[in-house]
Amino acid sequence: MYYFKLIFKNVFRAKLRTALTITGLIVAVVAFGLLQTVVDAWYAGANASSGTRLVTRNAISLVFPMPIYYRERMRSVEGVKSVSYSQWFGGIYKEPQNFFPQFAIDHTNYLEMFPEFITKPEELLAFKRDRQGAMVGRKLAEQFGWKIGDTVPIRGTIFQGNWQFTVRGIFDGKDETTITRQFFMHWDYINEDIKRRFPRRGDQIGAFNIEIKDASRAADISKEIDGLFRNSLAETLTETEKAFQLGFVAQSEAIVVAIRTVSFVVIFIIMAVVANTMAMTARERIAEYATLKVLGFSPGYVAALVFGEAMVLALTGAALGILLTFPMAQGFASSPAGAAFAVFAVTPSTVQLQVICAVIVGVVAALVPSWRSARVNIVDGLRHVG
Amino acid sequence: MKIPFSYIFRNLWTRKLTTALTAAGMALVVFVFAAVLMLDAGLKQTMGGTGSFDNVVAIRAGSETEIQSGVSRDQAALVESMPQVARNKLGEVMASKESLVLISLFKTGQDKGSNIITRGVSPMGITLRPQVKIKTGRMFREGSSEIVVGRNVHADFDGTQIGQSIRFAQREWTIVGIFDAGGSAFDSEIWGDVTQLMQAFRRNGFSSVIVKLTNSDNFDSLVKDIKADVRLTLDAKREQIFYEDQSRALSTFISILGSVLSVIFSIGAIIGAAITMYSSVAMRTGEIGTLRALGFRRPSILVAFLSESLLLGLVGGLMGLFFATFLQAITISTLNFQSFSQLAFSFALTPKIVVQTILFSLLMGFIGGFLPALRAARMKIVDSLRAA
Repeated sequence: MYYFKLIFKNVFRAKLRTALTITGLIVAVVAFGLLQTVVDAWYAGANASSGTRLVTRNAISLVFPMPIYYRERMRSVEGVKSVSYSQWFGGIYKEPQNFFPQFAIDHTNYLEMFPEFITKPEELLAFKRDRQGAMVGRKLAEQFGWKIGDTVPIRGTIFQGNWQFTVRGIFDGKDETTITRQFFMHWDYINEDIKRRFPRRGDQIGAFNIEIKDASRAADISKEIDGLFRNSLAETLTETEKAFQLGFVAQSEAIVVAIRTVSFVVIFIIMAVVANTMAMTARERIAEYATLKVLGFSPGYVAALVFGEAMVLALTGAALGILLTFPMAQGFASSPAGAAFAVFAVTPSTVQLQVICAVIVGVVAALVPSWRSARVNIVDGLRHVG
Repeated sequence: MKIPFSYIFRNLWTRKLTTALTAAGMALVVFVFAAVLMLDAGLKQTMGGTGSFDNVVAIRAGSETEIQSGVSRDQAALVESMPQVARNKLGEVMASKESLVLISLFKTGQDKGSNIITRGVSPMGITLRPQVKIKTGRMFREGSSEIVVGRNVHADFDGTQIGQSIRFAQREWTIVGIFDAGGSAFDSEIWGDVTQLMQAFRRNGFSSVIVKLTNSDNFDSLVKDIKADVRLTLDAKREQIFYEDQSRALSTFISILGSVLSVIFSIGAIIGAAITMYSSVAMRTGEIGTLRALGFRRPSILVAFLSESLLLGLVGGLMGLFFATFLQAITISTLNFQSFSQLAFSFALTPKIVVQTILFSLLMGFIGGFLPALRAARMKIVDSLRAA
């Protein structure tokens, strides 16, 4: 009991220094949390994927399309439940900075294949009935203030022209991890126009989305589908949705690695700051520690005092930092810069890592000072003037 | 009267552990600060060095990148025949009609493919890029399924040795050479014969047309002529500007991330410096009183402590910068969001970055040391002497 009382008295003896150290810790813990969340955001697509969905794309690379008639042959594969398709539209809404993903989809069944997109039945019906209709994610609709019935003009970059879409429905995500910063339109509508203007580019699709009955057969079915189109002009590559999404992460892996590294660097920096605080604290109190030893306290007790003080500092900073991380992440997510991330939510594993890092900082910072104070020579210590 | 510099220096030297820890914290911050600036500078150097100022790239209006663009044969022929386009000694038009595709290759140690730009060039296309030189092997032969790979592709990707072949579009493409494009974005590309690539991909139109201007000043008149011709729905840009624009999103991302990180990190380092300086002031109360009693004025005390903190910042800054110089050996390859393909670039240390970094570390030292120095300067002689 006295042990804890002593530690608390010690912690708040140099108020300014303690306040500064804890502020530093809070900054570090928040920064670490936000950076980890940025890394998580990168994996949002992969985490939201389902095991019973496959994606087929052109084997050369994603920018090459496949003929739309492939769909009928895919349907015939044993174990395939349904086949839908999507095409990256890549248009510009007013300014290039307003980037958001747009997909031209098979309006008849695409949204049904993704139960994580929650649509209102009447809105879904309205979307299906309007060839120029668009289904918009909640986050996107909120960002640009779109309401049902609004017309959204989009300038095509891949499919040239000025396109007009009417918002017919706004969908919600099943939970925080669902990406609702997306825009869906009818592929039929785009295709018809393109076919008229550039006959060679018509009836081509970027990706097929395939739902299978049994997740454990994903590998076999993928192989079988790719076998159907071997040695054709457009050979295919079929993989699970997760593998497909991780493919995007792998392409920008260098950035992910850099952010991860930097998030640990910030912990190192704060380790230096806390270690410094503890080193100074212990040096100033050498005479006191000697006194404690004269009174009969063991070296272990003295070491534990220094150690406990470092831990109180580290954990207080961590607790306040974690509490602050949530509103900060929220604030960032709703800022213009944060809008670039489809999903930006602090995960439990991030909080866990924050705690672990704080404990490590406390332990490392206390190591040298507590060892030194435990070994204080009584006579030298008493003679020492802080 | 000024307090001698050696006194300031020795104060830091006496408390080596504290000085080292504080400086190390600052060094890490400076390192990150410098690394981000260097990365952005490296990206700009790569993209800026890719194009030549006198070359003009024409792509389909509104398509932003070569990959999304399409230029028909008629349009390409019209652009080539413009009077502003240079001709060589033999009277040939200095223009390259190119076709771009993305192919997916595996980076060494990865099981997921990354997109690589594969560029079909006309023979003139190589002349138009004097920075591209064959490093080993030879250039591809016209009319054959041969390709040459950029040195960064060769370094980062599996199966890109000379003699190996890559299969796409129902053909085997043999690698016959590795080229060095002087650190430009072409180093991250694969080149082949444009007619062969177009045949293999069953393409009818080109992706872009690159022409050399007779005279650098003719750019505006060329753009005007292109705009005036209703048959040409094309955008024309100087090649250099075109490539700079291609990396704008990545560059913005790096600088935003970097400045946010630098601000957050520097708060940590400033706090570290402040703690050190406050304790330094507190421990030397008696000393400060003595100095004042000897006749040193308040401003001298303020300057002395501030100099100590600045010196601390400088040490941290130099340490950070020292480690940052090693980054120059590293080349990173990542996805350029705009061209949707891999782009390799290195960290570049420019004199401007050195100055910025040192100023940044001095600023951290100044902010961290100002309040403690002020406290030291404000002490009353009697009180501080009694405290000792």
